[in-house]
Amino acid sequence: MSEIKLEKIDDCRWRIPAKGGMRVPGVLYSSERLMKGMGKDESPRQVANVAHLPGIVKASLAMPDMHWGYGFPIGGVAAFSLEDGVVSPGGVGYDINCGCRLLTTNLREEDVRDRLRDLTVGLFRDVPSGVGSRGPIKLSLKEERRVLTDGARWAVENGFGTPADLETTEDGGSMEGADPEAVSDRALERGREQLGTLGSGNHFLEIEVVEEVFEPDAANAFGLTKGRIAVMIHSGSRGLGYQVCDDYLARLVRHVRTLDLQLPDRQLACAPLSSPEGRQYLAAMACAANYAWANRQALMHWTRESFQRTLGMSPRDLGMQLVYDVCHNIAKIETLPLEGKLVRLCVHRKGATRAFPPGHKALPPRYRSVGQPVLIPGNMGTGSYVLAGTEKAFAETFGSTCHGAGRVMSRTQAMKASRGRSIPEEMSARGVVVMAAGKETLREEHPEAYKNLDEVVSVVDRAGLSRKVAKLRSLGCVKG
Amino acid sequence: MITYRTFDHTADLGIEVYGRTREELFAHAAEALADLLADREGKADRTVRICATGEDGPDLLVNFLREILYQFHGNRLLLGQICITALEENKICAEARGEVLDPASGRLRKEIKAVTYHQASLRRGRSGRWTARVILDV
Repeated sequence: MSEIKLEKIDDCRWRIPAKGGMRVPGVLYSSERLMKGMGKDESPRQVANVAHLPGIVKASLAMPDMHWGYGFPIGGVAAFSLEDGVVSPGGVGYDINCGCRLLTTNLREEDVRDRLRDLTVGLFRDVPSGVGSRGPIKLSLKEERRVLTDGARWAVENGFGTPADLETTEDGGSMEGADPEAVSDRALERGREQLGTLGSGNHFLEIEVVEEVFEPDAANAFGLTKGRIAVMIHSGSRGLGYQVCDDYLARLVRHVRTLDLQLPDRQLACAPLSSPEGRQYLAAMACAANYAWANRQALMHWTRESFQRTLGMSPRDLGMQLVYDVCHNIAKIETLPLEGKLVRLCVHRKGATRAFPPGHKALPPRYRSVGQPVLIPGNMGTGSYVLAGTEKAFAETFGSTCHGAGRVMSRTQAMKASRGRSIPEEMSARGVVVMAAGKETLREEHPEAYKNLDEVVSVVDRAGLSRKVAKLRSLGCVKG
Repeated sequence: MITYRTFDHTADLGIEVYGRTREELFAHAAEALADLLADREGKADRTVRICATGEDGPDLLVNFLREILYQFHGNRLLLGQICITALEENKICAEARGEVLDPASGRLRKEIKAVTYHQASLRRGRSGRWTARVILDV
């Protein structure tokens, strides 16, 4: 295979010129430092591969946290024309609607400093986590179908949280077009016992403190003031979402053979957006997205209860408010600018976050003047960022920005690099309490395995794809 | 004989599997998957028949492993002993033996989300030995 040629556009952007079967160029958002650190990472080739897909518009994009995925790169963004474009399950990923939600509290760091271990242990006890974890919610098939159509609204109607939570959830926590008939029995089976579970791997639940505020107006609108305690939840659609992706990839690998289409990677299997296969995938994907929103809603509910129990405080005194819930693995039909006109496109964000600008009607009224909150989870122990969406992202990257730090070490490399070390002790030395269900998770997920989050965020800030609003530091972390 | 080894893929995990015959290759691949999912204790009191189809070798292998993985996630069956009963160009059937695994047993190792088609390969070397590579989403 020939080398991928990268042309530097400016300090934050590199272009892959369209050649061969590429229908559009590729554009990578990055920095010299991050580019150097990529080594043999194949994500630029994957950006070029995505550019082969029919109906792709403008460019195949990658965010600075990009790393080698399968099919699409992680950190990839691609938009397709509804008329002649495609939808690809590999452009969403297995964990459909993997995402984050952030809660603020009335607590300040000094209020919880002596109770951190109790709070972290409490969360570990009260919120199911770990490989193959099953939750206390047992769904009948009928109820599960309601979860798939109603999402977080189902959770609120069943006592997990309040209607106000839905106002600050992307799409109100319920994606349109969900059709449980498009979801296989296998996926339904896997979903029945996993609602309200964190999962394992990079998923986490973290107690954080607002360490730095960059933009006070936006931070105030989001309820983030320096020294305030917040909780970040990172999880997705669990086995149900994995199975939906798996079912449709297999189906579309077969479907692609009926089309006159040569793909550089089987994992890029896709279907025209106008075809029954494409529509069915979107209907099933929406079900998984809704399951994920219901899941994070339940996880948040138990987080609130756990804090109440541990601290013996009332919900009112704790004031645990949902700042926002945003997904970073999804395909959505959105109205976006293209060549001077607003058009409806199918935007794939695989490890990328929506970042809508101030004034956008999809935003809750209280955030409309500052833009959409963008939640960027860090890796264990380093904290997270809250950014805000911009006009430039809307115009340039289909309203998208980065989603996290992005791995630099494979899991095996991370295990080798952490051999003989005690990650909980290292974290403790940094002032972070860590609890984990899995034997290997902590070593695979230790901070050096990831790109420098400050650098990733500074690229999207400099490139104008989102504005830095606040940085949060980890205090207590529950890993699956 | 080494039946498989794992290799690195930034976010995920790959397995490279070896076999003297094509049948052995498929059996070793399924056993490798079982090894990665949980600590195996050799118990095998359940038998299920697993069949899969595929357009070519890599497709067939991925689809076969997807079935083994579904048995684990959907039915909690850890299938570590594989006897291939029929293997054609585009079709495979196997008697898979194993045990029902209690998720609370502490034996679970990794959450493997899926077997991907990404860069899946299967070939016979000059020595006649078969090698396959598959990337797992973890």
